[in-house]
Amino acid sequence: MSAQPIDPAQGEVRATFEGEPISCSPGASVAAALIATGKRGWRETKSGATRGLFCGIGVCFDCLVEIDGESGQRSCMIPLREGMDVRQAKGPGGTGEEPRGDARGQELGNALGDAVSDARDEEAGE
Amino acid sequence: MNSQATDAPRPTGRAPHFDVAIVGAGPAGLAAAAAASDSGARVAVVDAAEQPGGQYWRHRSEAAGVPEGGEYHHGWKQYLALRARFDSGIAAGRITYLPSTSVWMARPVAGAVSGAAGASGAAGASGAAGAGAGSPGPLASHPAFALELTPAHGGGPSPVPSIRAAALVLATGGYDRQLPVPGWQLPGVMAAGGIQAFVKQNGMLPGSRFVIAGTGPFLLPVAANITQAGGSVAAVLESASLMGWLPRAHRAAGVPAKGIEGAGYVAAFIKNRIPYRIRTVITEILGTEHVTGVRTARVRSTGETIPGSEREITGIDGVGLGWGFTPQLELPVQLGVSTRVDVDGSLVGIVDETGLSTVPGLYLAGEITGVGGAPLSVLEGEIAGRSAASSVLGAQGAVTASERRILARNRGFAEAMHLAHPVPAGWADRLTPETTVCRCEEVSFGELGHAHTELAADDLRTEKGLTRAGMGWCQGRVCGFAVSCLSAGAGAVGAEAVPSAESAAHSLSQSAKRPVAQPLPLSALRDLQD
Repeated sequence: MSAQPIDPAQGEVRATFEGEPISCSPGASVAAALIATGKRGWRETKSGATRGLFCGIGVCFDCLVEIDGESGQRSCMIPLREGMDVRQAKGPGGTGEEPRGDARGQELGNALGDAVSDARDEEAGE
Repeated sequence: MNSQATDAPRPTGRAPHFDVAIVGAGPAGLAAAAAASDSGARVAVVDAAEQPGGQYWRHRSEAAGVPEGGEYHHGWKQYLALRARFDSGIAAGRITYLPSTSVWMARPVAGAVSGAAGASGAAGASGAAGAGAGSPGPLASHPAFALELTPAHGGGPSPVPSIRAAALVLATGGYDRQLPVPGWQLPGVMAAGGIQAFVKQNGMLPGSRFVIAGTGPFLLPVAANITQAGGSVAAVLESASLMGWLPRAHRAAGVPAKGIEGAGYVAAFIKNRIPYRIRTVITEILGTEHVTGVRTARVRSTGETIPGSEREITGIDGVGLGWGFTPQLELPVQLGVSTRVDVDGSLVGIVDETGLSTVPGLYLAGEITGVGGAPLSVLEGEIAGRSAASSVLGAQGAVTASERRILARNRGFAEAMHLAHPVPAGWADRLTPETTVCRCEEVSFGELGHAHTELAADDLRTEKGLTRAGMGWCQGRVCGFAVSCLSAGAGAVGAEAVPSAESAAHSLSQSAKRPVAQPLPLSALRDLQD
């Protein structure tokens, strides 16, 4: 239980959030880099509220960001890599100005998932 | 890693085929993989994280070469021992490890009901069409389960889009169970386990001064980790009275390691002057842009707050919340396992002593059989992995008397813990009409209450349809328990803290039924075989 200070950065990974520099030690997450830069919230919900980290393990989707043009990414799950272009997620799915335009929309996936599930149930009934 | 999966595919199909597939590489999954591999089975391990360990043994990045001494961990030596077995399984070509990969759908495939799996005596076939699997071969070549895979994050297809296995061990773990509190959507408020995971993964804190609140012994290591990492803890607020331990003290005594661990926390709390307040809850979280403080109150065992006990804690920038754990049950439910509501109110899968579920060939291990902590998960994983391998290879995999004894002791401890740290009565009375309950869809307590009283929504599914609660990104993983309670009229003073086991089972199994277990690119659906 000895005090364990934050270990000295072994080098530094540098990237950007909305064009502004962010950084963290190697292997740390995008969320860690945002927090290290002093940010606590970085996603905007449909009501305009700000959200940041909540579950910290990829379950809640509160910490979504856009990374290198790929929207809907969980910043708690992804290590920061050199030169990453991280952007704020806005809107209903946290997917920017075109919430339904992205292939990783969970809701769209769910609708199709229901269809797959129904088809499977039918198969199972054979 | 992926080349291992494609180098020598079995001739039964396009997807690589294994004797045993294991989902999850935490305490239960790692132990299952080690045991199945040691039994001589060809094993696939699918895990969403970049490296093994799960949440309990989440640690600094191996890929980035950051040294990890296990300072924030319990049982780190046990992890290293399991990891050595796991790594030697990989080196020997018996374990194919698929990290950073999610299973978005699990399904039985033709041939599921055969041989050892069918003869195991488990009730209820999984619904797979048994006949028509082509020519019968050795048992090990009968695929019984198909797992559809997608990268855990990022775009593009998974290098291995799908695998087949004769037996399946699910060790998907759990996450902090949450109850809504006014203001809990503010940045800086986190799941208690999320704070710990953040420290373990990044070696830094997501804030500097915290209040940790909820119920259960798990709040203690979270607070201890915060002080270890150089932060401070203004208070740990435990809603239970702890008197619940007294009639069950003998069960705690049956697991001495827990007592030693507990004594370590007491020492850390004294050393760091962390106030530990029992029968105390957060009634409101304060702040505008991010959390700055909390209002607290003492509560009676019946749920009312005690007048005059209200306090305010300010000067904080972090809050950690946790009310026990929610087992991650999407895949077991997809595959049709029978479930029950455990003493802590969690929906869990029913298994026999070998970890076999009610679906032939499907084993469950760890928190999804009942939340009981890492040592129990490791033992369950060991037994399930060994049993799964035996069922495929036709060998014996009996549970030893010693294992049976340790299982019983740890399960007894877990039950005592759950009963001593219940979800408190009266939690719903502390919500305001504006309180966010579903974080993703921003559904308020008032909206849910309207649907319940005016539109007769008395289960989670109806609430979902009427209010969109649980229909957002997280698919009810965070709000599911609370909405389930609220829709059943539970949570208020004078009502049950949680619904009766029967209505909870109904409501929670609806919530756990998620045809797509993880977000996925549409290309994954396009490429679906069979």
